[in-house]
Amino acid sequence: MTADRRLAGGAALAVAAFAAAIGLQMARDAAYPRDESADRALMYVQSPAALGRIVLSFDALAADVYWIRALQHYGGDRLSQTKQRKYGQLYPLLDLTTALDPYFTIAYRFGAIFLSEAYPGGPGRPDQAITLLRKGIEAQPAKWQYYHDIAFVHYWQLQDTEGAARWFRMAAAQPGAPNWLEPVAASMLIRGGDRASARFLLQQILQSEEQWLREAATRGLRQLDALDAIDQLRVIVQRFPPPAGERYSWQWLNRRGVLRGIPTDDTGMPFELDPVSGDVTVSPRSELSPMPARSPAPK
Amino acid sequence: MRAISAVAVNVFKESVRDRVPYNLALFAVVLIGASYLLGQLTAGQDVKIIKDLGLAATTVFGLFIAIFIGIGLVSKEVERRSIYALLAKPISRPQFILGKYAGLVLTLAANVGVMTLALYAVLAYLTFAAPPQLREAWDAPGLDPRLLQALGLIFVQLMIITAIALFFSTFSSPMLAAALTFGLFVVGHFNADLKNFDRVMQSKPAIWLARGVYHVVPDFSAFDIKTEVVHGLPVGAAYLAATIGYGLAYIAGLLVLSVLIFSRRDFK
Repeated sequence: MTADRRLAGGAALAVAAFAAAIGLQMARDAAYPRDESADRALMYVQSPAALGRIVLSFDALAADVYWIRALQHYGGDRLSQTKQRKYGQLYPLLDLTTALDPYFTIAYRFGAIFLSEAYPGGPGRPDQAITLLRKGIEAQPAKWQYYHDIAFVHYWQLQDTEGAARWFRMAAAQPGAPNWLEPVAASMLIRGGDRASARFLLQQILQSEEQWLREAATRGLRQLDALDAIDQLRVIVQRFPPPAGERYSWQWLNRRGVLRGIPTDDTGMPFELDPVSGDVTVSPRSELSPMPARSPAPK
Repeated sequence: MRAISAVAVNVFKESVRDRVPYNLALFAVVLIGASYLLGQLTAGQDVKIIKDLGLAATTVFGLFIAIFIGIGLVSKEVERRSIYALLAKPISRPQFILGKYAGLVLTLAANVGVMTLALYAVLAYLTFAAPPQLREAWDAPGLDPRLLQALGLIFVQLMIITAIALFFSTFSSPMLAAALTFGLFVVGHFNADLKNFDRVMQSKPAIWLARGVYHVVPDFSAFDIKTEVVHGLPVGAAYLAATIGYGLAYIAGLLVLSVLIFSRRDFK
């Protein structure tokens, strides 16, 4: 046997061995599925101070790893069809990320959006979102974006217009802050956070350089459009109630000639009409769901 | 000087023969692979993470080269008994030590230089591929020249590690030298705590002892400006100069000690 043939034979043998290993691995995984959720929930180190020491000078890289884990955890739970959404590790992961890299702006800002998102779209923890952003302010006190984001959480998730106005004012006082923050703060106080103010605020955010922020603003604007549509539909539904003994339905309104077809939101998902009370809501299956905790009142 | 450069060039050639440059291919694969994967995973943070990864990988690859070649610089010559032939030539022991050190620093410089070019090449690709609006949202430009500040301090840190490895190599076995060098690398990242021991202790002798250890152990945490540079935060020129000066003085001290120990060593 020549050396070349021996080499080729050896290579073929190695390929066959690796192929067998992969085949066995796939067969084993199919027969004994592993509980991925348990793996994901495991955090070996929970203390930011301890982790900062363990990783020596590689803290920024470790922060990146924890950031990716936070994204995977949030996305995994949010998209999961099989298990209950918990988002239990989201705040600890973001806390570790920002402890390892205190200047990781996107982790504070994006993380706050994740945390404040109402359940089941997120854990519905605006308090944790604000804590995270306050941590960002400790690291970079002049960063107006963190004040702005706290104001937004106060306004959008907590419906606390006074708190929002206070934080918008603080954002406006930071160096380099855009000049539209002060009018927004004023409108919070004067009009108590009506939909027009919300639309103005979201349109400002839509000018942001960051794509994810623009996407969040676009979603907010679509939610406002849905709220406007719901208001109009509620008026129609109450003006044309079904005959005694019948339930509220879109079909009845179609038969009356008041509406054509079933009205849908911007995502194409039909609005839900409660057959008993006649209340109109966004479908839970819509991309716009969940809507903000308490929707801003129309002007 | 000619004797030192002759030894240094030989060390460099030997590292090439030992296939040390293979690590550069691995570095390039890691960066290019990561740049592809991270785009899918990191919500628009790929440039920041590539910078973090590039700087961290430069440190780790350099650390392995400095330790695993540094510990063998002297001991390998003794084990192979080639030290007798070398010292019979017109090379003094200090020249031998300095030449060995310069050779490994040259190897490291070539490695760090190529890694820097590879990092900038990947960053250039990501920068030009990114839409202008996304680029404006970055904390620092993709092709930020300030990265060179961090890479410069990493290089000085690697020079210190090389000097430590060479120092231990002059009187101990390769395994022990590797363990001691790596141990000092780890301890060197914690030693800033020793400076502030008075906040947690009352005992004056213990505080003075901690301060003493703080000054003796290399202060590696001072060389870590990766986070600041990646986020585009300013690092003062005076800070850089003081840290580089500290590093060079520490290296000089270690080389003098290495020369002293090696000069007194008996190879019979």
